[in-house]
Amino acid sequence: MVLPSLKLPELIQEIRGAKTQAQEREVIQKECAHIRAAFREGDAPQRHRQLAKLLYVHMLGYPAHFGQMECLKLIASPRFTDKRVGYLGAMLLLDERQDAHLLITNSIKNDLSQGTQPVQGLALCTLSTMGSAEMCRDLANEVERLLLRPSPYIRKKAVLAAVHMIRKVPELSDIFLPPCTQLLRERHHGILIGTITLITELCERSPAALPHFRQVVPQLVQILRILVMSGYSAEHSVAGISDPFLQVKILRLLRILGRNHEESSEAMNDMLAQVATNTDTSRNAGNAVLYETVLTIVDIPSASGLRVLAVNILGRFLLNSDKNIRYVALTSLLQLVQSDHSAVQRHRPTVVECLKDPDASLSRRALELSLALVNSSNIRSMTQELQGFLESCPADLRADCASGILLAAERFAPTKRWHIDTIMQVLTTAGAHVRDDAVANLTQLIGGAEELHAYSVCQLYNALAADISQQPLVQVAAWCIGEYGDLLLSGSCEEAEPLQVQEEEVLTLLEKVLQSHLSLPATRGYALTALMKLSTRIQGDNNRIRQIVSIYGSCLDIELQQRAVEYNALFRKYDHMRPAILEKMPLVEHGGPQDDEAGEGKEEPWNPNRESQSPTKTPTANLLDLLDLLNGASGDAQPPPALDLTPGGSLLHLLDLPSTTPSLAPIPGLKVFDREGLQINLSFVRPPEIPALLLITATASNTSKSDVTHFVCQAAVPKSFQLQLQIPSGDTVPAQGGPPITQVLRVLNPNKAPLRMRLKLTYNHFGQSVQEIFEVKDFPPDTWQ
Amino acid sequence: MIKFFLMVNKQGQTRLSRYYEHIEINKRTILEADVIKTCLSRSKEQCSFIEYKDFKLIYRQYAALFIVVGINETENEMAVYEFIHNFVEVLDMYFSRVSELDVSFSILCAYLHSTMQRVPVTKWAGKYYLSYPES
Repeated sequence: MVLPSLKLPELIQEIRGAKTQAQEREVIQKECAHIRAAFREGDAPQRHRQLAKLLYVHMLGYPAHFGQMECLKLIASPRFTDKRVGYLGAMLLLDERQDAHLLITNSIKNDLSQGTQPVQGLALCTLSTMGSAEMCRDLANEVERLLLRPSPYIRKKAVLAAVHMIRKVPELSDIFLPPCTQLLRERHHGILIGTITLITELCERSPAALPHFRQVVPQLVQILRILVMSGYSAEHSVAGISDPFLQVKILRLLRILGRNHEESSEAMNDMLAQVATNTDTSRNAGNAVLYETVLTIVDIPSASGLRVLAVNILGRFLLNSDKNIRYVALTSLLQLVQSDHSAVQRHRPTVVECLKDPDASLSRRALELSLALVNSSNIRSMTQELQGFLESCPADLRADCASGILLAAERFAPTKRWHIDTIMQVLTTAGAHVRDDAVANLTQLIGGAEELHAYSVCQLYNALAADISQQPLVQVAAWCIGEYGDLLLSGSCEEAEPLQVQEEEVLTLLEKVLQSHLSLPATRGYALTALMKLSTRIQGDNNRIRQIVSIYGSCLDIELQQRAVEYNALFRKYDHMRPAILEKMPLVEHGGPQDDEAGEGKEEPWNPNRESQSPTKTPTANLLDLLDLLNGASGDAQPPPALDLTPGGSLLHLLDLPSTTPSLAPIPGLKVFDREGLQINLSFVRPPEIPALLLITATASNTSKSDVTHFVCQAAVPKSFQLQLQIPSGDTVPAQGGPPITQVLRVLNPNKAPLRMRLKLTYNHFGQSVQEIFEVKDFPPDTWQ
Repeated sequence: MIKFFLMVNKQGQTRLSRYYEHIEINKRTILEADVIKTCLSRSKEQCSFIEYKDFKLIYRQYAALFIVVGINETENEMAVYEFIHNFVEVLDMYFSRVSELDVSFSILCAYLHSTMQRVPVTKWAGKYYLSYPES
């Protein structure tokens, strides 16, 4: 026995009476059970009531799919009340994804052709809400017929259904194109609005419609004129403006028709000016119309006087106290700034004022517009304003603001020092939000500005001493202190107040960075390397640095551990190479790959006393690779190496860097010297990526019975060449075919002149010191062509 | 184009919701709760247009009821703002001094009024349509 069912208002009352979510769910579930039972029983008179309740429950968010078939039954029923609820249910519950929706096509068709006006209206409404593509195709003709019926109510609904059909199935535009011109002559505003929307859709979707509708521009202008100039009309007046919605729609259509088309634009120019001047702006409706007018003027190729008018209107909007209007003005100015830059510049002070507004939407728009307005003449003041904004702005805008400031500074910086100052300030305020390459950019910038090294390192030291939590700033500061520590310690900065910094303070600061839990692993890497570099720059002894480095040799972070161990090795076994390795870096190419194939102008101090064995890939090329690890974001691409410290190839293995293997161009070798068992052979390699470079490997081998010791090889070339001698593998060639000495000579031959070389050898052999000087002339042509 | 039309009260209870694009039913409740939270966090002096995800919200507050319309970028925001007020004026005329309770209880009526297919109709047309008797 089914309990008497509730009416809809009673159900609503019950739901409102529920105190908690759980109670509400209980009530609704009980009711849904009733509804389902009622549907099963097929109780015709009450069905619409049940469905109404179901729709309410659906709106609250509960599943209601079992009502779909009921909708169909109700639509098919002859009673109006049933149909009404049925169609509403169809609109809410059925859509393209449900299989059942096609079943109502037939009902709609019947209702469209035979129903009374309200029924036709309902059917058209439903069609325009949930009509799928197939339904639209089937029913297009019906709708088109209804477009020309005498009743305005039906015509209005039919036009709206046509709009939906065009959106779903653009091919139907052929059917709906012809009636449009006639519909434009209507007096009924509802139909007019619908028609304008229909024409807008047609123009947007089918390019063939555009020229067809450009002919009606005069008609549209006429309608607009009547609206604007006519007096008060009670039916259509909204806040004193005669049907602003229609005006806005017409303006939009004019915009679409006038875009890129001179003739139409000219036809509407007068009207636009008239609308702009005559509209009453004291209420929001008037402002809405003005806004649309401004957008239209901006988009079509209009007269310059008109554009000035538009910019002035926007300027007035900006000064208005109503936030909505300001927001709208800022948005449109952003569109305008590309084309009419100077006109918008005049309003710059107001825009900057809007930055300080507490409203998030407004300040976001103001930020975008301010960034677009920055140019070389106002860069300093704008940057000041933007930095002030950066300090107080909400978190989601910070990243945009910071990158905006940095970009603007890059494009328009008046001096390098200002640029460095600006970037430093941004990093201090919003360091966590800047892009990753800001650090790289800053280091490259500082590296390039030689005269500002002392200044920048002093500033960065001060900033670092104040606060070590901003990671990008810390990274840059650590790098600079490492590179230019000597300048910092000598206190030789003239531009800022002289700063006396003790070595101990600097080391303490770097240690603090290393140990702080705020530091990222990358930052720690920077700090460690900076400490190492300082070991060559400071006058005091290195014990403290050595201690720190050896502590980190057992750090858990693999990257740090690798570095610490390598640096340890530098301290212990390769101490003699340390100054050379840790020299100041050359300027890195901006944006280029971090490979240092051209060891630009760094003559290696050539030291005769070597005891370690190192194979042909000498440390020098690898040193620059090591130091390059610190620049930019690429630092951590090294695979962790094995940590054994066996002598021999271990140094290279630790450094384990992507060495550039020269490609093998088979050039025949050359034997240049042979005396008493000591032979010098030259082999050549031409790396393909640098055509002017020639790598010569000189190999000294000993077949005699006595060792060759204190072997030194020097070379000289004619002036047009550049020669670089790299560190030889040793200076002793043991007797009887012991391991030979190899040395790499780099020759740069930009003029492709024939190569000549003079070699001077000094060594001890058979207990006597020998000195030999000779010239090598007959190099294979491949070596220098 | 209008994406949805909501009437939600301050406690987050939806009085009327009309979606013009398909959104799944569980996502609807989440959306409504989120939207009302955003609107409640704004003060009186802030502007009525909020940029939310990839579309815009235009809201107007009438006593304890918020009317929120979601639009994409092709609409004139101020015209929609005016349209919300127009809608409320029609309801007002029909119910003579409409209140939230009226909307809740005459849900069918309000629904049918909101079936205006994304094109704002004039007051005149709205009145005509609502004059049908309900059972």
